[in-house]
Amino acid sequence: MNELVFFINKVLISGAVIGSIYAMGAIGVTLIFSILRFAHFAHGDLMTTGAFVTLFLTAMFPEAGHAVGLPTAFVMMPFAMVITSFLAIGLDKAFYKPLREANVKPVVMVMASIGVTLMLQGVVRIFFGTSSRNLFVDDRKEIFRLELPWELASRKIIITEPQVLLFVFTIVAVVALHYFLTRSRLGKAMRATSDNADLARISGINTKTVVTVTWVIAGCLATAAGTLLSLDVALKPDLSFQILLPIFAAAIVGGVGHPYGAVIGGFVVGFAETLAVFNWAILLRPLEKAYEWDLPSNLALVPTEYKITVPFFILIAILVLKPTGILKGQVL
Amino acid sequence: MAIIETKNIHGGYGGMNILNGVNMSIEQGEVGVIIGANGAGKSTSLKAIFGLLNVTEGAIELNGENITNQAPHLLVEMGMAFVPQEKNVFVSMTVEENLEMGAFLRKDNFKSTLDSVYHYFPDLKDKRYQPAGELSGGQRQMVAMGRALMIEPKVLLLDEPTAGLSPLYMNEIFDRVVAINKEGVGILMVEQNAKQALAIAHKGFVLAAGRNRFTDTGENLLNDPEVAKSFLGG
Repeated sequence: MNELVFFINKVLISGAVIGSIYAMGAIGVTLIFSILRFAHFAHGDLMTTGAFVTLFLTAMFPEAGHAVGLPTAFVMMPFAMVITSFLAIGLDKAFYKPLREANVKPVVMVMASIGVTLMLQGVVRIFFGTSSRNLFVDDRKEIFRLELPWELASRKIIITEPQVLLFVFTIVAVVALHYFLTRSRLGKAMRATSDNADLARISGINTKTVVTVTWVIAGCLATAAGTLLSLDVALKPDLSFQILLPIFAAAIVGGVGHPYGAVIGGFVVGFAETLAVFNWAILLRPLEKAYEWDLPSNLALVPTEYKITVPFFILIAILVLKPTGILKGQVL
Repeated sequence: MAIIETKNIHGGYGGMNILNGVNMSIEQGEVGVIIGANGAGKSTSLKAIFGLLNVTEGAIELNGENITNQAPHLLVEMGMAFVPQEKNVFVSMTVEENLEMGAFLRKDNFKSTLDSVYHYFPDLKDKRYQPAGELSGGQRQMVAMGRALMIEPKVLLLDEPTAGLSPLYMNEIFDRVVAINKEGVGILMVEQNAKQALAIAHKGFVLAAGRNRFTDTGENLLNDPEVAKSFLGG
């Protein structure tokens, strides 16, 4: 039983945590692609920047969380989302819009976004330094240890407060996005623009508004993902580079241009990572005695340090086997 | 006063001009048909009217108001709708969502317009929750025309609405065009099926090399031996 609890902690919970983060990032990437037709490489840095905005607000008002009994950073997150959205719109106006109006090729936009990546990384380091930060400024991370009712299970399921908040937020965000895209006038206009931008314009849809809304959604989700990930681990200025590849893998696995695909892709990549680095020897140990096997102590498919190779592998596999992704998306 | 009028318009996509002086005019509630050989500037004329192309010379007027090079969404607001020849539906969206997008600029309740579109195209009502991409070519054309009608336009621009359709659907589309026109909507359409189109046209414009070759009523053009010889296939 303890082995199973270990599996739940290491694979199910960890996979769901990282999957949620990837999903929220991938939704942003996929929406930007479907409206603006380019791969936004600065998305990881939008996440980091959003998380640092949260850190800044948390440091400004360290007491705010006590009033409602939640981590201060989580209380500050909505404000950071608003600020980061404005920042994202500003980045678009300053760097992407002039290129778009000059009708450049998509690859030029991609290059510009790599430039924005480097710039954001520099700006974050100027203001916040290079060291790792803790988003719990004035409060402590709460850890829940759930005991299982069975006698054999002496280990406990461990889940932290930020993880619970992350799950709740992800579910709310995905449901809200679904209703926005299928029910609201603006959400439908977004789908129309993604489907056929020329026809959307001919129908009288103001595509500029659609672009703005896209940046707001992408900025909000990036901030939330960055903040909630940093609450769970730590906030580092180079967070984005580690997360960019899995996010793009998630978007492509799900089918580029499909927000729901991005959610599926996020969890596929997340669980694939945790399953690949999980030490299967632990789960097989009870069988070891029964069958007199000689198991090595570590039976992980991929050593933890090489976790980043997993999304790489998935990315290559999906591009070779099914380039359109799980839901039929565009081919990048 | 003409509901839509182009006065000697010139323009192109950068580089050489495609339009070298096109003059067209239709009155409120008339059907105007543009015919001509490939590359004569038929579709380009429609695009120029709808602000999708830079007009370098001449003027376009809607109800006497100058709308030369006006942005498309402003033209939609002024009561003009355009159905392009290709890619004229949102393939991933349902039929009803396509129609809703046509009414995007309307703040009022457009339920009655939706009913009237379903009245024009009963086929669409049965398929309203189906993605437009799953429909046949003729049904897609109906969705495209329905989408344009949702704004309750005064003028409807149609770019080859029957291109690639079976004769059955072709007749149906022509019938619908006549029915829509009977409700008082001015129609300016480009057509390959010149005879059939001129038969329903109040005005006909025969273009060649980006300018008017013949301009007359539909009936006169049909009976003109010279037009018949060069443009109606004898």
